Amino acid sequence: MIRVENLVKQFGAKRAVNGVSFSVERGEVLGLLGPNGAGKSTTMRIITGFYPATSGRVTVGGHDVATDPIRVKALIGYLPESAPSYADMTVQGFLSFIADLRGFSGSAKKAAVHGAVETCLLEGVLHQPIDTLSKGYRHRTCLAQAILHDPDVLILDEPTDGLDPNQKHAARELIRRMGKTKAIVFSTHILEEVEAACTRAVIIDRGSVVANGTPAELKARSATAGCVRVTLGGAAADAAVAQFGQLPGALRAELLPGTDMAPDGRVTVRVYPTRDDSGAIGAAGAALTVAVAQAAQSAGWQVQALSTEEGRLEDVFRSITLPDAVAK
Amino acid sequence: MNGQAAMKKHGSTLTNIAGIVRRELSGYFGSPVAYVFLVIFLLMAGFLTFTIGRFFERAEASLVSFFTWHPWMYLFLVPAVGMRLWSEERRLGTLELLLTLPVTLPQVIIGKFLASWIFLAIALALTCPVWITVNVLGSPDNGAILTAYLGSLLLAGSFLAITSMTSAMTRNQAVSFILSVMICLLLVIAGYSPVTDLLTRWTSPGVVSAVASFSVMTHFDALQRGVIDLRDVGFFLSVIGFALFGNAVIVRGLRAG
Ligand SMILES: Nc1ncnc2c1ncn2[C@@H]1O[C@H](COP(=O)(O)OP(=O)(O)OP(=O)(O)O)[C@@H](O)[C@H]1O
Ligand SMILES: [Mg+2]
Repeated sequence: MIRVENLVKQFGAKRAVNGVSFSVERGEVLGLLGPNGAGKSTTMRIITGFYPATSGRVTVGGHDVATDPIRVKALIGYLPESAPSYADMTVQGFLSFIADLRGFSGSAKKAAVHGAVETCLLEGVLHQPIDTLSKGYRHRTCLAQAILHDPDVLILDEPTDGLDPNQKHAARELIRRMGKTKAIVFSTHILEEVEAACTRAVIIDRGSVVANGTPAELKARSATAGCVRVTLGGAAADAAVAQFGQLPGALRAELLPGTDMAPDGRVTVRVYPTRDDSGAIGAAGAALTVAVAQAAQSAGWQVQALSTEEGRLEDVFRSITLPDAVAK
Repeated sequence: MNGQAAMKKHGSTLTNIAGIVRRELSGYFGSPVAYVFLVIFLLMAGFLTFTIGRFFERAEASLVSFFTWHPWMYLFLVPAVGMRLWSEERRLGTLELLLTLPVTLPQVIIGKFLASWIFLAIALALTCPVWITVNVLGSPDNGAILTAYLGSLLLAGSFLAITSMTSAMTRNQAVSFILSVMICLLLVIAGYSPVTDLLTRWTSPGVVSAVASFSVMTHFDALQRGVIDLRDVGFFLSVIGFALFGNAVIVRGLRAG
């Protein structure tokens, strides 16, 4: 549905987007991640036809946004970053204006506005001027405008920004549900959201794509992915760390910070598996959980919890976008 | 969703322009500012016509003392009406919304312009009691009055198009107001007789009349005399076209980066 090829955007001397490529098919939800100023919003503004690209190509549903912008814009529902709307209009007036420009009229228009209002839970504020709404409601009004025409493609720039926890949850559910039949790109700084709603994530840093994969694939790149975490009763911390660190398939072991002070004398140790040059975990590493359990048993320690870590997106995000700080 | 519904995701040129006109007009009439403006417009028109213009003392059945003041009134009132057209979209960030909807930039520009022009036309239409008055008091040349109304409407449109253009240049309504007043003032005084008389002392009459032909005054005066000359109408229409084209260039430039 969406193809972005070698996109470049130059603002004066500043290159905001530097050769970004990705594609999104129907049924996919792509999470766009990256530090502030990475170029996420700029990329989205080019896809939606607000900014022309300096070079590169964007097609949506087979139409080139540079040569056929109206077709592309008709296919897209767009929530801009600042969730703008006309302050002097009521929610109803605003949505019916958008419906007009989306080519709706008569009963189809009524149904479209009604559907968007229902999905975004705006019934209670329908006749209120937008400038008297709270921030979250203003955001939802702008989201309603994006989904009003049941678009095939949704571009949402930080759709959950400013929403309360319940609404954040509802918005994620909505994105996930709509993602089954649409192609969705959304940007966020909340990494749990990526796991909750995305089928794929792209990390952008300083204008370039630095990672592109499913949330599980990205998490597997985390340093703690595949680590065994064990909580022991009746064990000395130093002895446990030394013992586990020598197991076959173990690279090293460490005491989880803060757990040696627990009043009940429990300690939690993290054991890192050995990896080959490509970073993959070998057979011995994969069997590490069993080895740790057996070692604890033979030492007479009581295993209270034992788990294999999946890795954390946050660690991957940090290590990719802040390699120097993480190395320190 | 079926194929037909999927097809109809953008409207025709006319429905798009109509949608924009409707929104802008409801914006005007939804706020008290519009009514305040209408009252000020009518009070000013009345004051200038009857006191300064000495409408009754002239004792003639014509609206000359009414129409002569229009360029000076429009000089401030039209920029006040049009200053927010684009600057407000930029300030609120709604420009991004508007320009990512399936409408073309010319449709938006024309829709916004038309809405404000309609508003000004309504203000102008509300002055018809003056017309009725002269008809009650005497028998004026109603054809000349009609062309003068046409000239007045075209004059307002020209100033409005210029204001629309300047309002795209800035997020600040006040700046856009000042810029448009300055440009419109230039267009007025280039043909204002006290100024042209002064100019003839320094330069040749040819230069003066060339400069004056770029003034709205020259063409507005001609229409007041009751003759519809296509060159006069064409002048106003080209000012409108030129300013709105400039408007499009400026909005495009905003996004080019
Ligand atoms: N209109 C503009 N003119 C000049 N520079 C711009 C413009 N828009 C964006 N930039 C610059 O481009 C870079 C990328 O900005 P962008 O808004 O795309 O970042 P982002 O990834 O969305 O960041 P955030 O997470 O803070 O929203 C920034 O350095 C920004 O200053
Ligand atoms: Mg952004």
